[in-house]
Amino acid sequence: MSELLEVKNLSVSFSTSSGEVQAVRNVSFSLKAGEVLAVVGESGCGKSVLCKSIMKLLPSNAKIKQGSITVNGADITAYRERDMCRLRGKLFSMVFQDPMTALNPTMTVGAQIAEAVRVREPGISKTGLRDRVMQLMDLVGIDSPGERMEQYPYHFSGGMRQRSVMAIALAGNPRILFADEPTTALDVTIQAQILDLFRDIQKKLGTATVFVTHDFGVVAGVADRVAVMYAGKIVEIGTAEEIFYDARHPYTWGLMKSLPAFSKGQDTLYTIPGMPPTLVNPPKGDVFACRNEYALEIDYQEEPPMFRVTDTHYAATWLLDERAPKVVSPVGGIKV
Amino acid sequence: MSEKKTDGEILLDIRHLTHIFSFPKRVTVKAVNDVSFQIRRGEIFGLVGESGSGKSTIARCIMNIYRPCAGEIIYKGVNVCDLKQLRKNKRMLDTTRQLIFQDSSSSLNPRMKVCDIIEEPMRIQRTNPPRGSYRAEAEFQLYYVGMDASYLDKYPAELSGGQRQRVAIARALAMEPELLVADEPIASLDVSIQAQIVNLFRHLKKEHGFSFLFIAHDLSMVEFLCDRAGVMYKGELVETAPVKKLFENPQHPYTKRLLAAVPIPDPGRERARKGNRW
Repeated sequence: MSELLEVKNLSVSFSTSSGEVQAVRNVSFSLKAGEVLAVVGESGCGKSVLCKSIMKLLPSNAKIKQGSITVNGADITAYRERDMCRLRGKLFSMVFQDPMTALNPTMTVGAQIAEAVRVREPGISKTGLRDRVMQLMDLVGIDSPGERMEQYPYHFSGGMRQRSVMAIALAGNPRILFADEPTTALDVTIQAQILDLFRDIQKKLGTATVFVTHDFGVVAGVADRVAVMYAGKIVEIGTAEEIFYDARHPYTWGLMKSLPAFSKGQDTLYTIPGMPPTLVNPPKGDVFACRNEYALEIDYQEEPPMFRVTDTHYAATWLLDERAPKVVSPVGGIKV
Repeated sequence: MSEKKTDGEILLDIRHLTHIFSFPKRVTVKAVNDVSFQIRRGEIFGLVGESGSGKSTIARCIMNIYRPCAGEIIYKGVNVCDLKQLRKNKRMLDTTRQLIFQDSSSSLNPRMKVCDIIEEPMRIQRTNPPRGSYRAEAEFQLYYVGMDASYLDKYPAELSGGQRQRVAIARALAMEPELLVADEPIASLDVSIQAQIVNLFRHLKKEHGFSFLFIAHDLSMVEFLCDRAGVMYKGELVETAPVKKLFENPQHPYTKRLLAAVPIPDPGRERARKGNRW
């Protein structure tokens, strides 16, 4: 399979009154057609900024400092707003976290989906438009679309709203879908339905998906590959099996250990000590070192490169250097 | 824990609680329908169910924010639904029951400093601060939830989500309550921060014998934290059982469905399960 999206050494900074915030630092990854990549990390580690910088939806004080974004073989790093407008919706689109703020409360749901369709296909006839909207609502699993399209977002439950947002995102048949914590605002049963829907749509349409979340439980069901982000960097990337059964980075271990499924029968849950660093002046060396119980001396001086574990699995920790002491991973496939 | 507080004494007894919301055009919604359960002293009782199943309405009835349409809520022998008894025991009820809300960014006043937020309930109740001043008391409570004195003069906007939730907990603890009602206290937090807050709850229960009503939709957290749990579905309490029994041997079909929806952090097993579901 060819690479649909390739991001190389991307760095994004925000200029604020307290200095330059380095939200994304030297991130490289690629996405194949029809693949689901999950991006996992704590809040404030740059997951959303990464998605938005690829779609160029960042506020004006943000700047891509270096790196390149290649989509479908074309370098879009220097694209201007007018060029991006042509790509958005057709090539990639985005599903946001909170379906209530993503939808317009004064328009019917049908009209909002129709708007997205009309932008992509300006010449579409009235009946053709209606059919397409019905078809989209059917695709995302909204029952009796004929009646539902006349209703307003407040008639819809949280799960139904998220389905409508997905219908809008899928209106232009995008090749890549960015989903920014699409299930965080939903409860468990609805979350399971939406996750099933993501898998279903991905199988039907072959849409590649970048799935942003902080919950490892969600990742296991949807992702083909997983990237773990910390303080603006990807610290570990690999296939879902490699990350869940053979994680190498101490931060990945920490995130997994804090899941209640891992601490079953124990008295307390594991927590990663300390707080994520501010990204105004990231500390020297490995930014995770001060929270890392396995930190080596070199962690405080030099940033670790991405070490290769297998052809698909890379991790940025000095523990993988041949000179480092051998550490046995505390997590290896969670037994539930 | 002092000897007087015996474990197993029923602290909160909810009997046949019903609450109906009325809307214009004679539309009514039965948010809570004939719900009965008890919370014993020193127990963490979990209440789970999907959104709209009436969990928060129960919490609000317990805290006298809503007046239930039918049923009784007996807290320490006082029927809190009876206005006469409520007036008579107002101070006791106001100090020993505390509520923690889901969204800490909207339940803390953005114009008040952390120290003022924690001191406010003490000022309102005019309690005698055992540590000399209100500020010292606020500092102690803040320290207790794992934050140091440097946060006293900060505003909520300067804190992270987990820290704000800790301040909300410190404010509730300032009155040294006996019953804490936590309405989805961890739903909007990161996984690693959730673990910190849950550990704090465990610690509070163990060291001080607080009783909790813990409302959540995250079943794995309920399994870890609670002693007993009740499952709500469309306003009715469909199953109540000790947590271990509830998770190992669910009786009600809705409980089974709820348990099946919990994602397993294991790709192999999760995919095998998906295959079966379709």
